[in-house]
Amino acid sequence: MRFIEHIFSLFSSQKSAKLAKERLQIIVTHDRRKRRYLPLLQQELLDVVRKYASIDDDDIKIHLEKQGNYEVLEMNIALPK
Amino acid sequence: MSKIIVITSGKGGVGKTTTSAAFATGLALRDYKTIVIDFDVGLRNLDLVMGCERRVVYDFINVINGEANINQALIKDKRVENLFILPASQTRNKDALTLKGIARVLEELKKNFDYIICDSPAGIEHGAIMAMYFADEALIVTNPEVSSVRDSDRIIGMLSSKTRRAMQKMPPIKEHLLITRYEQKRVNKGEMLSIKDVEEILAIPLLGVIPESLEILKASNSGVPITYNKETDAGQAYLDVVARFLGEEPPKRKKKGFFRRWFGRKL
Ligand SMILES: Nc1ncnc2c1ncn2[C@@H]1O[C@H](COP(=O)(O)OP(=O)(O)O)[C@@H](O)[C@H]1O
Ligand SMILES: [Mg+2]
Repeated sequence: MRFIEHIFSLFSSQKSAKLAKERLQIIVTHDRRKRRYLPLLQQELLDVVRKYASIDDDDIKIHLEKQGNYEVLEMNIALPK
Repeated sequence: MSKIIVITSGKGGVGKTTTSAAFATGLALRDYKTIVIDFDVGLRNLDLVMGCERRVVYDFINVINGEANINQALIKDKRVENLFILPASQTRNKDALTLKGIARVLEELKKNFDYIICDSPAGIEHGAIMAMYFADEALIVTNPEVSSVRDSDRIIGMLSSKTRRAMQKMPPIKEHLLITRYEQKRVNKGEMLSIKDVEEILAIPLLGVIPESLEILKASNSGVPITYNKETDAGQAYLDVVARFLGEEPPKRKKKGFFRRWFGRKL
């Protein structure tokens, strides 16, 4: 049974599952990179600012907003007086 | 020690509610005191799949709002000892779920239950976050299909950033991949992603594979979770999932061939 299925599949022009896997690997890698980038950026900025002022973890707020074709990164740092 | 387990996926219609019912029933059949909570506020389907829809008086939101106490809202399963259901509200929306309210209810349930199963709504918004927030472990229900796999990956990202364990820098939620609606025939033909493909992309440990099965439709039609029917491939697959979850290694099962299916079945 399985043998016959294999023979048949040789005739079908493209294995769509293979294509699905390739496309998924690309998009999932892209998604993951994007997810990681914001927290990392936030942490690094925090480290930089801390060289000059003493602030808490939540004194820095970062927002990424989609506006049409581009994205706007908004950042707020509350400095102590 | 009681454990909170979220059944989640991102995408809708992949089998979360089916899995919640089957998994909770399976744990109760193994003598663990288990409760399954419907977080799909506004829709409410778990009660139907569990066959207790006509016994719903109070719901999860009533308990969160203090309009009823937990014992008034819990429904005891009629078939198996140790199994309880906390239904969702049909008349409110998901915003009625608050972290504070959920925390209080879960704390109370933890005193009495070994396992608390949270059936998540679809999506990656408020309702899904509420369902996963307090989880210790997660079953990520995934169909071997592009949009389901991508959504599962996003959910995995949320489990590691938007939950209590992530925010309080505790040990992370233990993740389990559950592939459902799997069709070996179509995988052989190259039409469907294989188990290995999905495992490779999502890179979390596989807990089990549930085949596509007509019996699941029959089970939900009659309101009897599939785990009661271990004669079916899907029912046995869910029982194996429960066993593996409990740290056992169930025997490898060969798919029933033509002859066994016709001559080996129970009459
Ligand atoms: N393994 C399976 N084989 C066949 N049908 C299934 C399977 N798992 C789930 N289904 C069906 O898919 C539909 C959606 O399932 P459900 O558990 O409600 O998904 P979700 O809670 O993720 O939205 C239901 O009709 C259910 O009976
Ligand atoms: Mg559901």
